This record gives sequence, C-alpha cells and structure tokens, in this order.
Amino acid sequence: MNVFVSLVAVLGLVVISTWGISAWQLHGLFGVVLPYSAITLFILGFLYRVYRWASTPVPFNIPTTCGQQRSLDWIPSSRLESPSSTLGVLGRMALEVLFFRSLFRNTTAELKPGPRLVYGSNKYLWAAALAFHWSFLVVFLRHFRFFAEPVPAWVNLLQWGDSFFEIGVPAFFMTDAALLAALTFLFLRRVLEPKLRYISLPADYFVLFLLLAIATSGVLMRYWLKVDVTAVKELMLGLLAFRPTSGHGIGTPFYVHFFLVSVLIAYFPFSKLMHLGGVFLSPTRNLSNDSRRVRHINPWNYPVKVHTYEEWEHDFRDRLVEAELPLDKE
Amino acid sequence: MSEKLPKPEELAGAIEYTPPAGPGWMETKPAFRKGTYNHAGLAENVQYLDFPNPRKWQPYEQDWKLPENWQQIILEGMADRLEKYRSFRLFMDICVRCGACADKCHFFLGSGDPKNMPVLRAELLRSVYKRYFTTAGKLLGSIAGARELTVDVLKEWFYYFYQCTECRRCSVFCPYGIDTAEVTMIGRELLNLVGINIDWIVTPAANCFRTGNHLGIQPHTFKDNVLFAADDLADIIGFNVEPSIMRKGAEVLVIVPSADYFGDPHYYTFLGYLSLFHEIGLDYTLSAFASEGGNFGLFQSHEMMKRLNHKIYHEAKRLGVKWIIGCECGHMWRVLHQYMDTMNGPADFLEVPVSPITGTRFEHASSTKMVHIAEFTADLIRHGKLKLDPKRNRQWRVTYHDSCNPARAMGLLEEPRYVMRHVVDNFFEMPENTIREQTFCCGSGSGLGTDENLEMRLRGGFPRGNAVRYVQQKHDVNLLCCMCAIDKATLPAVMDYWAPGVQVGGLHELVGNALVMKGEKPRETDLRGTPYEEEA
Repeated sequence: MNVFVSLVAVLGLVVISTWGISAWQLHGLFGVVLPYSAITLFILGFLYRVYRWASTPVPFNIPTTCGQQRSLDWIPSSRLESPSSTLGVLGRMALEVLFFRSLFRNTTAELKPGPRLVYGSNKYLWAAALAFHWSFLVVFLRHFRFFAEPVPAWVNLLQWGDSFFEIGVPAFFMTDAALLAALTFLFLRRVLEPKLRYISLPADYFVLFLLLAIATSGVLMRYWLKVDVTAVKELMLGLLAFRPTSGHGIGTPFYVHFFLVSVLIAYFPFSKLMHLGGVFLSPTRNLSNDSRRVRHINPWNYPVKVHTYEEWEHDFRDRLVEAELPLDKE
Repeated sequence: MSEKLPKPEELAGAIEYTPPAGPGWMETKPAFRKGTYNHAGLAENVQYLDFPNPRKWQPYEQDWKLPENWQQIILEGMADRLEKYRSFRLFMDICVRCGACADKCHFFLGSGDPKNMPVLRAELLRSVYKRYFTTAGKLLGSIAGARELTVDVLKEWFYYFYQCTECRRCSVFCPYGIDTAEVTMIGRELLNLVGINIDWIVTPAANCFRTGNHLGIQPHTFKDNVLFAADDLADIIGFNVEPSIMRKGAEVLVIVPSADYFGDPHYYTFLGYLSLFHEIGLDYTLSAFASEGGNFGLFQSHEMMKRLNHKIYHEAKRLGVKWIIGCECGHMWRVLHQYMDTMNGPADFLEVPVSPITGTRFEHASSTKMVHIAEFTADLIRHGKLKLDPKRNRQWRVTYHDSCNPARAMGLLEEPRYVMRHVVDNFFEMPENTIREQTFCCGSGSGLGTDENLEMRLRGGFPRGNAVRYVQQKHDVNLLCCMCAIDKATLPAVMDYWAPGVQVGGLHELVGNALVMKGEKPRETDLRGTPYEEEA
C-alpha cells in the first residue's frame, strides 16, 4: 500500500510535467516559475531547519563512545571512536560523513537451531549507501557543465574520469550505472526484507521513486531520447543570471527531468533528506568524550529541590546518635 | 513466575524476527501480558517526589486515571523539550528508517516484537511529533507517518519505553548516531508528566531522596552493614580493616552503589574494595548520606537525576575531601561521567585527583574530580604497588561483560581488562560482536529489574546469555565478571536460565581474592567463603 501510494505520486508528477509541456505548452511554468520557487523553498527551508537545530541547546555532553576513552597515559585511547579532542571529533565526523563509519559496523543477527544467536558481517547497506551518495555527488557535479560557460576544467576532468572506459557513444558514465543500481538495491531491500517493509513509510518509498525517476529520465535523455543540449544550457545560464529565456523547443523529456528535480529540491527541507544537514549536528557523534576533564555547560540548568545534608541529619538524628556517627549539629 | 516460563530452548525457538503480515504497526496495540511489563509507581512515593498525578492504578487496568487535559500536558511537554534538547529535536527529524538498528536491540533479539526495533520505538514518539509539530504531518497525516495522540498511543509508549534499557547499543550502529536512550528518556519524562511511571523506579528514587540510597537503608543500618562486612572479611584475612564512615578531612570520598553493601554477589566486590583500600593505606571515608552512586532518577527524568546526584558533591564538600572514587556501577557512571559536572558542578572545592600511592594525576577527571575504581586500580597495578596472586582465583574461569554505560558512555574498556589479566589466569573474551562498544545489556537495566517483568528480562538477556553460553561450552567459563550493580543483581537469573552453572561476580571481588595483604593469614577460602581446593 505504502509502495503503491508513492509510486502513483511519482508517476503523477511525470504525467503532469509531460502534459504540461507537450499539451499545454507551460514552458514558463516548468522552466522558470517552478524551478525558482523550488530553489527558494530549498534555501529558506534548509537554512530554517538547520537554524532550528543549531539554536536548540545541547544541554549535556553525550557522545556515544565506540572505543577506549582517554584516561591513563599508558592506555592507548581510540582517537576516532572515542575522541577526546576537537581534532579527533573532526576525524570522527569525517569518517561518518564521507565513509559512513557507523553503517560499516553493520551486522546481521541470525537465530540458528540450538538456539544459537550468531552475528554476521553485513556490508550491503553500507556499500549501497556509499555507492548512491558518492555517485549522486559526482552526477550533480557533472551537471556543472550546464551551469557555466566555458565548462570548468574540473568538470571535464570529472567527466573524463567517470567515462574512463569509453564504452559506447556518448561515453557511458560509471556513476549513472552505480546510481541506478544502488537505488534499485535500496528499493528492493525495502520491499523484500520483511523488517524493512514493516518500518517503511510512504515517504521512504516516495524519495526512492523520485530519485529513480530523476536518474532514469536523465539517463534516457543522455543516451536515447535526445534533447537540444545547447538550448538546455541556454536556459540554465539564463536562470542563473536571472534573465530566464523561454526554453521552447528543448523537448519534453528535459522538462520531466527538470520538474522532478524541482520537486526533489522543494521537498528536501520538509523530509528525511534533511539528514544531510542533521548528521553534522548529532550530539552523540560531534562531541568530545572529555566530560570529566572539561565542564560542559547547560544553558538552561536550573536549581532543583534537593534533600540537603542538614535536612537529612535532622531527619535521622536519632539513628545517627544511636549508631555513634558524627553529627554536624550536636 | 519461573515455573510458568517455557524452557529456554522453547522460548528462544519461538522467536520470530519476521514481523507479522497484516495490519501495520500503527494499527497494532500491545497486549499487557503478565511478565512483560512493570507495576505502576506507588502513589505515596510519586507524591513524595512531587511528581504529578499520584493515584492508585495499574497498567493492566482499562482506565489509567489520567488527568482530563492529559493530551495538552503531553504536547506542551514535547514542545518544551523540543526547545531544550537538540538531541530530541534532531532525532525526531532525521531518521531515514534505513533499518541498521533493527536487529541490534536485545529486546528485539529476545522477543521478535517489531516495536522493539529501535527505529520503531522512536517512531512511536516520532509519529506524534510529526502530527503536531511538522507541516507535512499536519497536512498529510498517516501518509507522512503521523498519527493522533490517543490513550492507546500513550499506553503503547508506556509498554515500549519501559522495554528499553537505555543501553545505547543501537546508537553505535546508527549512521546519524540517533540514540534511543535519548528518545526513551524523553518519552519517560513525558509519561511522568501525566503520572505514568513504574514502581521499581519511583520507589528506589524516593528511597534515595529520603535516606540517601535506593534501598532505603538508614544510617545506623548502613554502618552496621559496613562493619559487618569488615567482620566477614576479618574471618578470611585474619584482621579487621576498620573502614571509615563519614570522617571529615579524609582525602578521598568513596561512593558505591548501595547494593554493594547489601546484595549478593555485590557484597564480595565490596569486600574487595575494603581489602584494597586497607592494603594501600588509602585515607578514605564512606558516607551514609551519599550512600548511593546509582541514580534511578536517570530513568525517570533529567530533573530527578539532578536531584539525586546532588548529594555526592554536597557530601564531598561537607566532609572536606580532596577528590572522589566511584566504584562498580554502570548507570551510576553514565551520570557521573556525562551529567554530574554539568548538573551539579563545578566542583571547584575539590582538587584534581592524584593517587596518593603512585602520584599519578588523573588529568582526564580534572573537572569532575571523580575517578573510576578500575582506573585507580589499573594505575596501582601498572606501578607495581599491589602484590597479586592470580592463583587465588583458580576456581574461576572468567569472561567479562562490558556494562552498557561504562562501555558506550565512557569508553572504559581497557582498564578493567588490564586489571583482570593481573588477577586471574583464565580469562576468555566473548565473541567480538557482544563485547566492548557492541556489548549486550543484561536486559534489566534502567529500572526494569523486577520479578513481575521476569519474562521480558530473560528475553532481553538472551543475547548476553547466548554469548556467555558460547564461552561456557568452549572454555568452561564459570564466572561472568562485570562492573555494574544492576548486572550483579539481575544477571544471575539470566545465567540460571540461559547458561546455568555460570556465576556472576565483580572485578574487585577478583582483585580482593588475588590481593596478597600484609599480615594476612593463609587464605583458606575466597571472598565468598568457598574453601580453596588443593592446587593441582
């Protein structure tokens, strides 16, 4: 059901944009108004969400320690898994953000006859997640050829590397395949693994379908459904210079692709995709395990009702006298 | 209770990790089956602690006697905490439901209940957050994973937030470090706002506030117990170590969890501390007021945690000690390491801890001024200050259980192992996915260690029991060593069920056995009073 709702939603987006261009000729809407609105929503929404997190205090120093603390000089501490310095924290965050350190730990628990619980290494999710995110980044950066004239050298270099094996014409990009394969794996995992299916919400499928549709439309455009690339670049440069052009004659596939990207961008700040910003702010990862060495300050620390020693001595005076324990107030 | 439990192999054999087909989790309600939940907090103790809505009620009853505006109270409580805790706001927002945490929870592994997957446990609260605090949830409802806050949802929170031991194992595996302990802690705070709590937390917390310790031991009994322990120890070592209680001007205040001077097998660890402190001539004192290092307030609310923790610095200041040693207890060290200084510091009336025996300055504790006893003892051994005879632990083949909090909220991994290797000859590690930062909870932490909850505790203890049984079969292990009072109280039942024949003990029990003391008589028994067999 959740899968179906999300699939219909994404197919609906494809149909709307196809009709919008081919039947209703709404080039201005899909080529200018919606992209501008989407990017505005994205920037404001993203900043707002990050601001909300960043402006919420971190009252306690609560890193999850995944290695030896720094304590006695002769015990080597785990600088990346239980960092005790800012440098260590930066290293831990870099490993987390760039290489998904925690996912790399993933295991699968299996109940065997006996009964015996055994744990096997499980790196599929890590590999697929890494393949997806890195491919997406490269694909995104490759798109800069449409955003700048002349095409920056680093984009050409990236493109050259990505099509290193020079298969087919135009040269086939490895990241296109990796992106589609990773997304397909992540989708299949979600529907076929019973635990994953059980926890998945429509939003989880929606994002996957949306990304799959974006990648597919992009790939189709590059290799099969040719569009006027020069016109696309003209439109993009116009948008970036705030002098939008009409964009007529580019071809419907481009507008489908462009619309889906606009939806992704607009949806981003309201969705779980915000983990992009959130991962940097997670207090169990970005704090130093030094809470006994450096006092962490809670900005809203407030006095609480306590039972003082004086009250306690008063309450138990007879007992204390009987036990010949020393008293403060004789 | 135990006679009603199925045999271990039947119980484990029936665990199914595939969630049921049919209606989704939002449409499924928990069944309050005996053995899987805890009893409600006693009204008089709820009242004593100034918590709201004290009344007589039980979770199995239909009517939980909630205040009329309970929904408003909960939502305002959520709004308030969303402004106060970045962890809470962030963890409500960024989960992508990747499922990496799903099979990491001991309660899930022991029950197969899909709502014990950490992701769903958080989703119980997240769904309400979405409905009332996010645009998407307000507009799209269940399509966005949002749902109304109803009495059934509240009951579900109670069931599952008291089926989480705040052990943080899931947060090790989460790519964003989402920590279910944070979610559960906030969830329990919210429940407490409308008077939903459990007695095994409320009553110890009330005891602790009143008498100084969870067990409600009054000062005269505290003194009796400590002196009794010294007498027992004298029978074994041949002289009395004469512990000091509430002595002003001592150098070090020693804080123990109350079970150490009351419960079994904690008691043998307590004998170990007494032996050690005497042997090295430490100028220390115990306190009948700060007679608890543990903190059941942690399991109730941040405020209650702070209220109970207050007495440690308060007493250290009053007695005029220089610094503090904290003994073997798991969640106690979570509070001491990550909360105490922030909540009740700065401890500027204390000095940076320096071991009077070795001269080591404990720089890592230079702000809180509190040192873990395993750190202290490891330093002593490193400097050759202790004469140790591991043969006096020859009756044991030992494995070590990392307690959740020292492992995942401190990183105290090597110190106890270093000590262990010097006091026992036969030490065997459990499989790597079950120790250190990946250690499994005893299944009874965070205030869930009651008899009425036994089935759930044994289920939660299954992964730990299973790993112990592995080393029991492979290496004839017969002692599970740990540094946590809750472990020592609850793991014996878990072992009897999953790995019968394995005893539970503390690190400093083993230290006490091995410690060769000046002027001692030949040891005929270990600290448990068990006679030694002739050496082979």
